[in-house]
Amino acid sequence: MSGMDDPAKILHSTAMNKNPYIIDNPGGNDFRLNRETLVDPDILVAERDRVFDQCWIYAGHDSEVPKPGDFKTRDVGGRPVILTRDGDDNVRLFLNTCRHRGAKVCREREGNTKRFYCFYHGWSYGNDGALVAVPGDDAYPDTFDRSELGLKDVPRFENYRGFWFASFNPDVEDLEPYLAGATEYIDLVVDQSADGNMEIVAGIQEYDIAANWKLLVENSFDDYHLHSTHSTWLEYMKDSGVSIKVPKGLLLPKKGIGRDLGNGHAVIDNYNFRGRPVATWISIYGEEAKPAVEAAKAELVERLGEERAERVANTNRNLFIFPNLMINDGSSVTVRAFWPEAADRMKVTAWALGPVGESAIMRKVRLDSFLTFYGPGGLATPDDVEALEQVQAGLTSTVKEVPWSVMTRGIAKDGEQLNSDELHLRTFWRRWNTMMTGEAAAIETAEAAE
Amino acid sequence: MNREAVEDFFYHEAALLDAWDLDGWMDLLCDDARYLVPPNDVPDGNPDTTLFIIADDMDRIRGRVKRLKSRDAHAEFPPSRTRRLITNVRILEQGDAELTVTANFSVHRFRRGGKGGEYVGHYVYKLRIEGDGFRIAERRAVLDAEELGGLGAVSFIL
Repeated sequence: MSGMDDPAKILHSTAMNKNPYIIDNPGGNDFRLNRETLVDPDILVAERDRVFDQCWIYAGHDSEVPKPGDFKTRDVGGRPVILTRDGDDNVRLFLNTCRHRGAKVCREREGNTKRFYCFYHGWSYGNDGALVAVPGDDAYPDTFDRSELGLKDVPRFENYRGFWFASFNPDVEDLEPYLAGATEYIDLVVDQSADGNMEIVAGIQEYDIAANWKLLVENSFDDYHLHSTHSTWLEYMKDSGVSIKVPKGLLLPKKGIGRDLGNGHAVIDNYNFRGRPVATWISIYGEEAKPAVEAAKAELVERLGEERAERVANTNRNLFIFPNLMINDGSSVTVRAFWPEAADRMKVTAWALGPVGESAIMRKVRLDSFLTFYGPGGLATPDDVEALEQVQAGLTSTVKEVPWSVMTRGIAKDGEQLNSDELHLRTFWRRWNTMMTGEAAAIETAEAAE
Repeated sequence: MNREAVEDFFYHEAALLDAWDLDGWMDLLCDDARYLVPPNDVPDGNPDTTLFIIADDMDRIRGRVKRLKSRDAHAEFPPSRTRRLITNVRILEQGDAELTVTANFSVHRFRRGGKGGEYVGHYVYKLRIEGDGFRIAERRAVLDAEELGGLGAVSFIL
């Protein structure tokens, strides 16, 4: 690592400049964000070390490798990996690099195999990672030990209800306590499924956004921008006969709330007012889908009881799992992970999630509903992307003249924070700041104090 | 119906789209038309079982066009400039009522101060014969790129 890249030196230089990343004074109703955090390449270098390499990072879903030998290749935490299920039915995550010279041992996007084969010198590995063939191994000395040269597992790999996470920090706390209050919301998502199994649907949306990754954290659960950014989507829904009026909530305040879930995770949680494939029918789904949606609701009531069924079927949640995963359970269920390629560019990967075994018509409605709002061809997401790129373009060259952004919506309230307030954004930034600087976060809410 | 007639139809459609005459473009569509952009990793997928980039029925096509004509379609305001090159037109199937036709496309997109890009792929059209012309029953735009990547979005009519 060069001196320029040394995170300790960067921290030092930031301290020397006496410009903190955030000014956080909830008692004084002040929260400001240093815009350098969104443009400075040195800060990204430090983030890789102090944030991404310390946390649990979403790696994939159990359903993506249903049978032994199934594999998918992707990048997780900036490393090329192979997600696979070995012959003993264990889901594994290997670093996709040959132990001999380092080439990727698998170059296909997905498939099923008993062997991962490095074409360079011909070393091959079983789907349990064991090094099984080395051409001309008689030339190696006695000290050459195949058993120590298998594909390298990521240091930590654990799952919660089918969502697999990797960590490059061997000493990270176990996944479930790390997820903290986020498990309550993952449970609400997974409870949609009669047998508790959800699956990733075929078809991946992979696209870049020319913006800092932290802007997508904010955007993915910022309800404040809905009416100004997404007026054309709201118009489409209205034209399609879907009432945008917010009904009286039974379980939540009318406008929905933002919550700090601990460890940097946060959520916006609101009463549904625009249809949910599970299990609130709206006209846009078509009359032919109505019986299936009603049957799904009846199944929820029978399995979970009236109150829990209502919570699962008729509330939306945009769940942020620190540092780079969003699960949006609303007009469809989207799983969206993102990764910084540079301070001003990220790669986004989005999947649709649905209950295993749902009826053909329900699956069709789910996917159609996803596309109305979400994705690079949806009627809303492209405008979010445009907003983030305009933010980045605005920030990058003006950061000296305009160094701070205000982020105080809701900070003066005693009670619940709405989903259009910014408590959940401050929750993210506080955790991020703590990981970057080691400074303790300010306490804003009673929930955070627990 | 011969290839020349199909080519003339495609060139006319491309000219309408490049000129952002979206109402004129909708006149080329059947009342039950579908507009599909499959995901890059499952180009042969079925939108009922696969997450697409775009899988519009006529209702959403109308909504998409209404949106694109407004000043509030931020991803397309000001509208991109596009230039479509349509080549390699081949009639794959010819029935009495419908033709299946494929063509290669290269759509160049330019935006002021934003990202443009080159969208390369092929179309598969189902064209319904009406009188001595056609209307579009299904229009599937299949991208060749392994991922959408730097192209970012398909926010205009591809």
